[in-house]
Amino acid sequence: MLNRKKKIVIIGGGLAGLALAMKFCERNGEVTIVSYQALKRSHSVCAQGGINAAIDAKNEGDTPEKHFYDTIKGGDFLAHQPLVRDMCFQAPAIIHLMDRMGVAFNRTGEGHLDFRRFGGTLYNRTAFAGATTGQQLVYALDEQVRRNIHDGNATALEWHEYLGAVLDSEGICRGAVIHDLKTDEIYTLAADAVVLATGGPCQVYGRSTSSVVNTGAAATTAYLQGAKYANGEFIQIHPTAIPGQDKLRLMSESARGEGGRVWVPKKTNDSRDPKKIPESDRYYFLEEKYPLFKNLVPRDVASREIYDIVYNQNMGVSGEPMVYLDLTHKSREFLDNRLGGIMDIYTKFTGVDPREQPMKIFPAVHYSMGGLWTDYGPDQQGLIEHGSPKNQMTSIKGLFAAGEADYQYHGANRLGANSLLSCIYTGLMMARGIMNYTDSLEKSVDDIPSTIFDDARNHWKTRFNEIRKMDGNENPYQLHQQLGETMLANVLIVRDNKSLEKATHAIDDIEARFKNVKCTDSSDWANPSPSFINQLFCMIHLSKIITKGALMRDEFRGSHYKPDFDLNQPKDFDPHEYIDYLEQKQYGEITDNKFPPGHLDYMKRFEENNKKWLKTTVAQFKDNKPDITYEEVNTSLITPRPRKYD
Amino acid sequence: MTDKKIPFKIKRQDKPGSPSYWQTFQVPYKPFANIISCLMEIQRNPTTQGGKTVAPVTWDSNCLEEVCGSCTMLINGKVRQACTALVDNLEKPITLEPMSKFPVVRDLQVNRNRMFENLKKVKAWIDIDGSHDIGEGALMADSDRAKRYVMSECMTCGCCLEACPQFTLNNSFMGAATFNQVRLFNLHPTGSMNKEERLDAVMGEGGITDCGNAQVCVEVCPKNIPLTESIADIGRQTSWQMIKNILIK
Ligand code: SF4
Ligand code: SF4
Ligand code: FES
Repeated sequence: MLNRKKKIVIIGGGLAGLALAMKFCERNGEVTIVSYQALKRSHSVCAQGGINAAIDAKNEGDTPEKHFYDTIKGGDFLAHQPLVRDMCFQAPAIIHLMDRMGVAFNRTGEGHLDFRRFGGTLYNRTAFAGATTGQQLVYALDEQVRRNIHDGNATALEWHEYLGAVLDSEGICRGAVIHDLKTDEIYTLAADAVVLATGGPCQVYGRSTSSVVNTGAAATTAYLQGAKYANGEFIQIHPTAIPGQDKLRLMSESARGEGGRVWVPKKTNDSRDPKKIPESDRYYFLEEKYPLFKNLVPRDVASREIYDIVYNQNMGVSGEPMVYLDLTHKSREFLDNRLGGIMDIYTKFTGVDPREQPMKIFPAVHYSMGGLWTDYGPDQQGLIEHGSPKNQMTSIKGLFAAGEADYQYHGANRLGANSLLSCIYTGLMMARGIMNYTDSLEKSVDDIPSTIFDDARNHWKTRFNEIRKMDGNENPYQLHQQLGETMLANVLIVRDNKSLEKATHAIDDIEARFKNVKCTDSSDWANPSPSFINQLFCMIHLSKIITKGALMRDEFRGSHYKPDFDLNQPKDFDPHEYIDYLEQKQYGEITDNKFPPGHLDYMKRFEENNKKWLKTTVAQFKDNKPDITYEEVNTSLITPRPRKYD
Repeated sequence: MTDKKIPFKIKRQDKPGSPSYWQTFQVPYKPFANIISCLMEIQRNPTTQGGKTVAPVTWDSNCLEEVCGSCTMLINGKVRQACTALVDNLEKPITLEPMSKFPVVRDLQVNRNRMFENLKKVKAWIDIDGSHDIGEGALMADSDRAKRYVMSECMTCGCCLEACPQFTLNNSFMGAATFNQVRLFNLHPTGSMNKEERLDAVMGEGGITDCGNAQVCVEVCPKNIPLTESIADIGRQTSWQMIKNILIK
């Protein structure tokens, strides 16, 4: 037992990092929270539409069990089920906690929390604060962490960057190497555990809905140090964003949750003002193809349909890759109250008022379901043992991951409004496990020789000195742009092995050119260039993980769509048939004539495919590239079955 | 592709305390470009108009959609967020300068720690008992919620402070954003339990009485926070508090 407070270093000041910081302080631990910039400015503020919890405020019969089912089905059965179930069961308490902390959630007439609909569910399950829910949640947690800083329980290191883990002779993480982004100093922080709550990697694609800091560099560094990276190929493409030069700005799914309709003119190149196009000349393709979920099909489905309309049917608005997202049938007051934040963003960036004119939108890279491989400790009830030291631990002992940086909660496709939940859930849930982990160690960090820390620091000092000396003729920012374009062109919504091979070669080429980068800034004060070059190096490796995972996975699952391996679900197929089929199989009495024509064949294909591919992709760094293996998924609670939303 | 260029005049400074200097850049025009996308263009090709290769200009930004508050700077002399400043709507050449009321870190980056320290001074948080599950929060009318919501969108960008004649680099004036936070938390059913502490914090030096009511703050706030209302309200609240303090003593 330690006779001092347990101390952890948390990297990242988004929802996951802040939630853990708060909880760990509350459990009498000592926290250092490291953030690339000022706390309060993390990417979590960009989340708009809301956070899910099956509180059943509208008496629709919603339950956490249904939330669990929707999430698992939305993720095409690739998520470990006990974790997701535990998250869904914790969700109501999380919403109430955030409410108690002062989040300005919209409310009902009686003053209770209000809920709206989101994609992939038929229930009003999403609590929201206008259309800036992420911002409001970050602020509430940030305030609690500031309170702890004020009270002396936590320290914030803002304008600091995580470079890598300090590993002892047994490979146990004993601290973090930190880079002061102003003074350029590189030093180590000793800790009982280090937590990467560093967010997603979508800057690998250059332009996405991500913030500037979302390079995935911290998670990739962990991978380069030996940690497993899981399900990298599962990148969510959000159906509705505003195309842009520097960023593709998200138009929240809540726009559709509040009644927004997606359509294109029936006539290609119809040049009429959209308001002048009569109903009869509009094609509401999501509503027609998915009469049950309509505009609220899950994101992977909606993105594929929009892509199909634009590129295969050539029906994009004015011949361009865009479709209408229409809210003009709603009153101004309603829109300002419930969607004000995104109404403003659209107006500011396009000069067009979406209350008056339908928005023009297109899918954009948005979220990574994949991330650092992490472990969990299930209990006997199909939930999680919250005290288990395994929870959220990466394959490097003592190094944990949480939030978008881990891979466990969203399977092959994330449902809208589940990301804020998974971030806060992991942050809160893991605190006890980390405490217990610290107790379980035979040797505490205090007994680790200082040479271990010196070596780690010197390694990174040398690395940064080398970077500073890079004097080739490649501009790192241009190279990043090219990496992004390669990924956008070849590893996006519709994937095929030829393009993926092409991307592999293009990435190799970019990696070769990386050696020839020039460090464009030689200042020793607040110089972002060496850090960026290191991040670019990481992004190159991450793009290899994504691309190789995609190339090897010869199937269609969730966001990973390879038409060549589509199992072609019969149009009239009902997922319950599959459950019948499995039962009949168990009793050895399957006959083709029990199912509509073609269905049995389809179900056999589905079963075969799952045997091969219902697996977690695990990438490990070997010989300068990802070595890929597959692991079983925990599907102990809900039998995997074909997805269907119409 | 047109070869139209946008001229930029950028005020630079290498370190805190070192002299500032100006450089000009010509950035290729792209439709819907904003200031940040142009600065990124300069990173990719850090060459001045005179053809000199220089260190890329540094700035702060993150969200690129006016919700994180980080990219505040002076654009053509006016304080605002760079990410929503579309070049089509700006007079050319476009001048960029760091904010003047905060210490410069480098180029367009400034240190806004003072704003965050003020949040601590006024205890801009709710004193919850703990994060364990103790049930629902307090009931609240949606109209009250809506009032708080507009205030809670403050992203600590500092525009209001840069524009305020009372707020200077070296004084201790807290500024409109801080007063707004006091109102935000005093309006919450649980937050109001600590409202006196917050009011005491804005009654001393640098507090609400130093506000000259010039009301420029509200004009520049990118989030349309009702700062004048917040200032007036906190003025009223502190007056009551003052009377109470006297009576109780
Ligand atoms: S009213 Fe005037 S003096 Fe008061 S905070 Fe606003 S700008 Fe500053
Ligand atoms: S009140 Fe407005 S201008 Fe002032 S810091 Fe907040 S958002 Fe920025
Ligand atoms: S980059 Fe976030 S406000 Fe401009």
